[in-house]
Amino acid sequence: MQDFKFDTMPSNTADQSPDSGTTAMSLKDTELTLGLPGGAQVVIVGGKSCSKRGYTDTVDFRSRCCSGESSAKAEQVDWPGNEISGPGNAPDSKAQVVGWPPVRSGRKKALKSCKYVKVAVDGAPYLRKVDLEVHRSYQQLLMALETMFDCFTIRRNDLEESKIMNPVNGAEYVPTYEDKDGDWMLVGDVPWNMFVESCKRVRLMKSSEAIGLAPRTPSCTSTT
Amino acid sequence: MGYSFPEEVLEHVLSFIDSDSDRNSVSLVCKSWHDIERWCRRRLFVGNCYAVSPAIAIRRFPELRSVSLKGKPHFADFNLVPHEWGGYAYPWIAAFAEAYPWLEELRLKRMVVSDEALELIAKKFKNFRVLVMYSCEGFSTDGLATIAANCRNLKELDLSESEVDDVSENWLCQFPDSYTSLESLNITSLSSEIRFSGLERLVGRCPNLKTLKLSHSVPLDLLPNLLQKAPQLVELGSGLHTKEVHPDLYSKLAGAFSGCKGLKRLCGLWDVVPSYLPTLYPICFGLTSLNLSDAPIQCPELIKLVSQCQNLQRLWVLDYIEDTGLNALAESCKDLRELRVFPSDPFGQEPNVSLTEQGLVSVSAGCPKLHSVLYFCRRMSNVALSTIARNRPNLTRFRLCIIERFCPDYITLEPLDVGFGAIVEHCKDLKRLSLSGLLTDRVFEYIGSHGKKLEMLSLAFAGDSDLGLHHVLSGCKSLRKLEIRDCPFGDKALLENAAKLETMRSLWMSACQVSYRACKLLGQKMPRLNVEVIAEQGHPDLSPDEYPVEKLYIYRTVSGPRSDMPSFVWTMDKNPALRSS
Repeated sequence: MQDFKFDTMPSNTADQSPDSGTTAMSLKDTELTLGLPGGAQVVIVGGKSCSKRGYTDTVDFRSRCCSGESSAKAEQVDWPGNEISGPGNAPDSKAQVVGWPPVRSGRKKALKSCKYVKVAVDGAPYLRKVDLEVHRSYQQLLMALETMFDCFTIRRNDLEESKIMNPVNGAEYVPTYEDKDGDWMLVGDVPWNMFVESCKRVRLMKSSEAIGLAPRTPSCTSTT
Repeated sequence: MGYSFPEEVLEHVLSFIDSDSDRNSVSLVCKSWHDIERWCRRRLFVGNCYAVSPAIAIRRFPELRSVSLKGKPHFADFNLVPHEWGGYAYPWIAAFAEAYPWLEELRLKRMVVSDEALELIAKKFKNFRVLVMYSCEGFSTDGLATIAANCRNLKELDLSESEVDDVSENWLCQFPDSYTSLESLNITSLSSEIRFSGLERLVGRCPNLKTLKLSHSVPLDLLPNLLQKAPQLVELGSGLHTKEVHPDLYSKLAGAFSGCKGLKRLCGLWDVVPSYLPTLYPICFGLTSLNLSDAPIQCPELIKLVSQCQNLQRLWVLDYIEDTGLNALAESCKDLRELRVFPSDPFGQEPNVSLTEQGLVSVSAGCPKLHSVLYFCRRMSNVALSTIARNRPNLTRFRLCIIERFCPDYITLEPLDVGFGAIVEHCKDLKRLSLSGLLTDRVFEYIGSHGKKLEMLSLAFAGDSDLGLHHVLSGCKSLRKLEIRDCPFGDKALLENAAKLETMRSLWMSACQVSYRACKLLGQKMPRLNVEVIAEQGHPDLSPDEYPVEKLYIYRTVSGPRSDMPSFVWTMDKNPALRSS
């Protein structure tokens, strides 16, 4: 049984700490790592010494790790690995690591693809985002929007037609959306699936301003 | 030798021996048994298509009828193996076409199969019966059309998880009207529309059809007709979604399901409309396997469904089932043997469901036959793992994925070494283990000392030093496959345990700390290993020898370095001195 001694070699955990994949030291500067621009970028592998990552990243890492305080162990292991990220990551977003968690790509396709679009309401001071994939109909979408913005409600009359209006000033809104071609359309005109496909963002426009779009009041029926 | 044992008698006896390892043992008894055995072996399993060449396989076993081949390493499932790494089926099929005109079955896993290869199968094997391509790629529906048109005796066509180029919608129609032998069809991975009339006619004229797994594109409206034509179905995969709600579709569907008295396995249910779920209730009692891992069904409906499946042996489900659902499972399904819980939102930062370690603990307590577990969750504790280990010493497969990397025990904030240690200590028959969470070298000490039956181990973001790897390689006597990513394991452990690698099928290491120098050394010292270095960023010769390689795949082989490597893979030289410089 062949058994051979390990040859003397430079330690792998020296301050050199070559990151996997770099070919020359000069490339280190251009390497993508986690951390804010200008922050120290040293990545230590091998469980020794500490990581000099940007503060936000350490905080980010801890807060993500199931509890308030992580052990020293947790802090020092941080791999260049196969991380894909760019400088200037917002603290909230975590760099996604290739192949982690280990779900098959086929399975990933089967899950929600998360079609987030921005929703603006005329007169409201803020934008919200809504995931169109989560909803199955215009009805559901409008209900979600009603929850999101407290400046309007949806009134339903006997004819099952919905009107979006601001109860305070009586203003009526027309839901419109921008499609792939950059055109502004009325929400509800096309089948739901087609809408999800082509919608880039949504704007609840004041009726008074909705000139140039189809003249009739949009009725949001329960089309799936 | 006082007498000679008639060959025919031995052959007859051997015909009752199916297991590969038993057959291998038989062939080691003596030369004549070796010879007799090789002539009568009909099935061959090749776990790594590069471990042996087609020529060697054919020379040893001249009369095969059934071959299984595996290509890419398991981590290819998670995009860690670069595209075009290898695993081509064509050379095997071409060699078989010459040597085995009577080949009946081909089962391929993670291989690249071209349309030309499919054409060879269709035209060269006159009695071809079974084609299974699990997680394969490289072929189109044109290749399938050739199979359909030519394989008169085809019983099984299974394309699970394969990537198929959908270029023609009517390949199913290529099965001639006279073709009636279909028993199993799995086309779940096909994305585009198929000719439904062709499918209906096919199902209608194949009385032995037992397994039918359809693709997303088959509309719900079609299902009652299909089920009525195939009430003998044992396994069904279908969606339950429709764009329009028909009142009589519901009753037609309910009636059709009730008619399938022998239905035992159910999967699919993508985009299921919850109001259609009750159509399944009549068949729940008979189900032994339920795969809801593609079904966005929420907890209350899941509980209603699962509580009626008292004979369930296997459940695959999304984490929508939550702890409450798993409690219900533990109470209702006492025959459960296998549980897989997949994440509905694996890349989300926050938990979107109330599924914790408690669900798994409940099932481990309530289901005495549970032996196979795959569980994604967002927190774990040592005490939970120890409880699971004590509840279920009969575990043979335990794969835990805590979604957050480096996640410690959420109660004590310690590493999860002790918990996993309990698993390997109590579960003496454990064959497969995947670790996650915060882990030090300690866990590998436990694994090395207790994991004597462990055959496959998957590691990610774990350990402190080479000692971890050394414990595993020196302690796990039965280890066949080891796959490691992002762990601080380097040269020392690998080189000191080099001999171990010849007793294993393969070792994968990516984003670790094995230097190029060590790879070269290993390649030289171990001629019966292929030491493949994968370096997409450029030839490793361009950087210092001490630099770690990106990815490393080491496997034993009797056919030397392969000749079909892409530009970014290098097999370490076995005889560098012989090379002219």
